[in-house]
Amino acid sequence: MSVLVLVEDPADELAQQALTFARSVDGDVAAISISGDYAPAAWGQTLADQVAARAPQAVIAAGSERGNEVLAHAAAILDLPLSANTIAFAAGSPPTVTRVRWGGSLLEQALLHGSTLLMTVAPHAVAADGVAVELEVVSPSQHALAVAPTKRVGAASGGVSLEDADVVVSGGRGVGSADGFAIIEELAELLGGAVGCSRAVTSAGWRPHTDQVGQTGTKVAPDIYIACGISGATQHMAGCKGAKKLLAINEDGEASIFAHADYGVIGNLHEVVPAIAAEIRKARAA
Amino acid sequence: MHICVCVKRVPLTGGKITLTDDQRALSTKHLGFTVSPHEECGVEEAVQIVEREGGSVTVLTLGPAEAEEQLRDMMAIGADRAIHLVSGAEEWDPQATAAAVVAAIGAEEQQPDLILFGNESADAGNYQVAIRVAHALGMPSVTGVKKITFESGRAVCEQEVAGGRDIYELALPAVVSVKEGINLPRYPSVPGRLRAKRKPLEASNPRRPAAQLEMVKLVLPPDSGKQMQVLGTGAEAAPAVVAVLSELGVL
Repeated sequence: MSVLVLVEDPADELAQQALTFARSVDGDVAAISISGDYAPAAWGQTLADQVAARAPQAVIAAGSERGNEVLAHAAAILDLPLSANTIAFAAGSPPTVTRVRWGGSLLEQALLHGSTLLMTVAPHAVAADGVAVELEVVSPSQHALAVAPTKRVGAASGGVSLEDADVVVSGGRGVGSADGFAIIEELAELLGGAVGCSRAVTSAGWRPHTDQVGQTGTKVAPDIYIACGISGATQHMAGCKGAKKLLAINEDGEASIFAHADYGVIGNLHEVVPAIAAEIRKARAA
Repeated sequence: MHICVCVKRVPLTGGKITLTDDQRALSTKHLGFTVSPHEECGVEEAVQIVEREGGSVTVLTLGPAEAEEQLRDMMAIGADRAIHLVSGAEEWDPQATAAAVVAAIGAEEQQPDLILFGNESADAGNYQVAIRVAHALGMPSVTGVKKITFESGRAVCEQEVAGGRDIYELALPAVVSVKEGINLPRYPSVPGRLRAKRKPLEASNPRRPAAQLEMVKLVLPPDSGKQMQVLGTGAEAAPAVVAVLSELGVL
């Protein structure tokens, strides 16, 4: 019995978390990386070939976009079930996995059948234990359906990126209009942070989708997330639950966002946000 | 270009998820339903491609009888016809879902040039049905796509990655999963809704195979346990907010 872990980049925290998770499944862990450029179907075939050669009990990768993609190819080729974004494993025949649904707002317990157990590990489900592992580099297998990126184009970058920002000031339906975001932008700029928004805002066309924080947008992890006029739908919370602190500003004292907040201000954001900006200027001038 | 888009009916969860007594489903008594967001963008993308290049859009779902509502919604924004694989109340696992989709597409007289999916469903989030379908049909695939164009009979797809966008070129027919942000889906018009009522919908009842990823029960994650500190009401709260920002070292 052994566990095979696909590691794309050993320096990546998610890869270390996947290795830690693998050790909780079985003590005998082998880590491999695949040489050459990324090609999802070929990498999936590589894992399938490794399964044939080594007969591991389980194959595990990080629940990153690529980890989920490669394991899905391996699962399709091997015609085995795959538990994506797993957070816990309990031995048994078959074993029980716990995996995330709804971007983390709900958990599922499921029996994972299959001669080889295929799993990806949800980001930040376990803390990396830092145990060193020897990485074996294997050559990619061929697959008739393999496609690989032909080139990479750079993203237009301007200002602080939402993903890496220490402060995110985010507006929801309560902002009321595209123009209403002027005060959100002003506060973000004063704090050296990025502007975010909820799905209601991008659906209304007030902000580009690149600003959306949520299950179908960007997942953020700032020191503080300032949610202005955001009700706190599960779709949105899936994107900002990584924030260290959450300050909610909302007119509706019953808004569900307050159940997730560390700090709350009950009031109209159109009054509260400019007052905070003015107070920051005052504090800095003093 | 003939395009098939696979969609899923999901509840609009709002602020709080509650479960049924048997813990095997969401309590949806007070909830509306929608098409999973990435997939709605898939339908919009297909409609835009066909508006540009000609062809047809078929929308396909595996879901309960009520999912006809979502198929009609998608026909109201421009899909030409619908295929409804009517399931019972029990959820289908990703392998069973993919097999049903493959069988339905395989039975089509007009084979699609492009099959679109959402990158992952809003509810189950298994990240694999599109890839399983691609392998079973012998088509190349790419996931997480934010832009599709066509050049000399190939689909040029842009996938967002850290530091830019990776470009994939796929020979057709191909399977592409898209992400929200690829477009802004239109709202159905009243004439669109009326037309949708008369568009063809083929329903069938495939048999559900035994689940290999077999859901036992759903569990709500533990409460954050947070005790919110109220900093005040209205503009008068500003000094207290600034004190907190200062304490957190972000000022």
